[in-house]
Amino acid sequence: MSTKMIHALYTDDDVLLSAVKQVRDKHYHIEEVFTPFPVHGLEKAMGIADTRLAINAFLYGIVGLCVATAMMNYIMIEDWPQDIGGKPSFSYLENMPAFVPIMFELTVFFAAHLMVITFYMRSRLWPFKKAENPDVRTTDDHFLMEIDAHGADEEEVTKFLYDTGAVEIKLIDKEAH
Amino acid sequence: MYKVTSKLKIFAIVLMVVGALFTAVGFWSVPSSQAAVQQMIDSDAAAHGGAHETESKDHGGAAEEAHQQSGHAAAHNTDEPAIDDAHAGGHNDEHVEHLYHQLQNRPWSAVYIASFFFFMIGLGSLVFLALQKVSQAGWSPLLFRVMEGIGSYILPGGIIMFILLLLSGLHFNHIFVWMEEGVDVLGNENYDAIIAGKTGYLNVPFWLFRAGAFIVGWNLYRWNIRRFGLKQDEAKDGDIAWYKKGFKHSAMFLVFFIVTESIMSWDWIMSFDPHWFSTLFGWYVFASMFVSGITTIALVTIFLKSKGYLEFVNDSHIHDLAKFMFGISIFWTYLWFSQFMLIWYSNIPEEVTYFVTRIQDYNILFFGMVAINFLFPLLILMNSDFKRVNWFVVTAGLFIIVGHYLDIFVMVMPATVGVSWFIGFPEIGAFLFFAGLFIFYIFRTISKAPLIPKGDPFLGESKHFHY
Repeated sequence: MSTKMIHALYTDDDVLLSAVKQVRDKHYHIEEVFTPFPVHGLEKAMGIADTRLAINAFLYGIVGLCVATAMMNYIMIEDWPQDIGGKPSFSYLENMPAFVPIMFELTVFFAAHLMVITFYMRSRLWPFKKAENPDVRTTDDHFLMEIDAHGADEEEVTKFLYDTGAVEIKLIDKEAH
Repeated sequence: MYKVTSKLKIFAIVLMVVGALFTAVGFWSVPSSQAAVQQMIDSDAAAHGGAHETESKDHGGAAEEAHQQSGHAAAHNTDEPAIDDAHAGGHNDEHVEHLYHQLQNRPWSAVYIASFFFFMIGLGSLVFLALQKVSQAGWSPLLFRVMEGIGSYILPGGIIMFILLLLSGLHFNHIFVWMEEGVDVLGNENYDAIIAGKTGYLNVPFWLFRAGAFIVGWNLYRWNIRRFGLKQDEAKDGDIAWYKKGFKHSAMFLVFFIVTESIMSWDWIMSFDPHWFSTLFGWYVFASMFVSGITTIALVTIFLKSKGYLEFVNDSHIHDLAKFMFGISIFWTYLWFSQFMLIWYSNIPEEVTYFVTRIQDYNILFFGMVAINFLFPLLILMNSDFKRVNWFVVTAGLFIIVGHYLDIFVMVMPATVGVSWFIGFPEIGAFLFFAGLFIFYIFRTISKAPLIPKGDPFLGESKHFHY
């Protein structure tokens, strides 16, 4: 099945931002916007729900903290008890200050790496994946808005988009993915 | 223009009166002589029966801490095992004397801590203002009058601090052990080789001179920056000469401040333990003052907003302040831990005594205040949305204020009163008194000028600030 899509290209992020607002006011469905750099406020203008990545990061951090605690307790206290800074108390709690840097580092390590992996998975990105980017100019100096043209009067939409400041408009059939 | 309501004025005055009364009770309840202390111990022992022996031993350890530089600490220490035989009499006298000195120090220390704490909030707020000016921040000009208001407290606060230091220097109290008579005189019973080696720097006249110079310097900046801000309001459109002048003065102040603040923290706090030193102590005290200052800015802003003032301040401004509270709380913890961990790990006797005292005699306070200053702001303010909810910011803010008061408390008290600490009349009283004075003075200053600095070139950006 294929869908009719309209690709509208813009050359300025401010123009794009106001265009996004106008298109949404007209109740056309914006499928995706491709930009060469992050445009501040774009996701709010597009009405995309807030990311839940931060909650994940917090949970991953707690996992890292637990891993570090369990690991250091096993290595330094249980498996081969070690004399830490002349304080051989063989107690995790009493030797805790020595482990804090490790606990901190692993918290950051887990939060950062798992967050990146989550982000890739959520964005459906993996090595050797074919780029979804419809127009290479969006990696340079153009902004592309992809609008679902299904059931709309193409003539009218095209005219409306030119009015919002689009410099180029293409109507394409897109394979559903 | 903000007008101080009579309700707020009465509240501040009640705080001051109650605080002064409590503090007075604290001074009155100090035993008048060593005999009175002996009586206290006796009645205590009678109440606790056999507990006296162990307790006396505990006190012995603490007294040794308080007088660690007095030379006879070593002799005192060897006497310890002989507590029950012939030496008991002599030891006991000495013990009573130590306890007497600790109890005498307690109300003075309580006043000193509260006085320093509120002075530090004013100074922290002033530094935050200077940073905003130097970085030409666009979000904050709407809050300048609040920062100037809080910063204005360093005038009365600085004068009171100087009087307290002067009283210590004139031997009205003995909270600074390095000021004892004969501490640098070879052969004197108070002689202490380490302190004697430091007298080139650590002597009362130079120490007072430094304090005076710093307080005058900081007040000079605070007086100027306020004046420049008000002059800028009256300037013609497009004339930002006063603004530029403020920028230059702020940049110079920050350089002056970071050097003098470091020295001030050695002079006013670290010298309570004159044998001990930490190279990041200045930073550590700075982090404490900075986060308390920013928190107070947030609390006062939210208060004024709830009364219908500061109509252009939106939740993005509060969000930014909360981000600073969150970030600097973690920065404080980083410094606290950096100082603690290295000393704990290396375990060098002359360094580690500082933390041994605190962990043994102030365990709950010492670790409790780390939890309050780190965990609470971390968990309450971590979520981005919570930083915009006044209720959350105020809760975290109150924890931070109490936590950093306790932080100063455990910096000062172990050296001056040792195990005889308690949070009772003088501590609560002094806190309330200075809180009252602080509230009274800062709102008086805030009410003296329009809340919107209409001449500031970044005002437009601040009004439209949106995260």
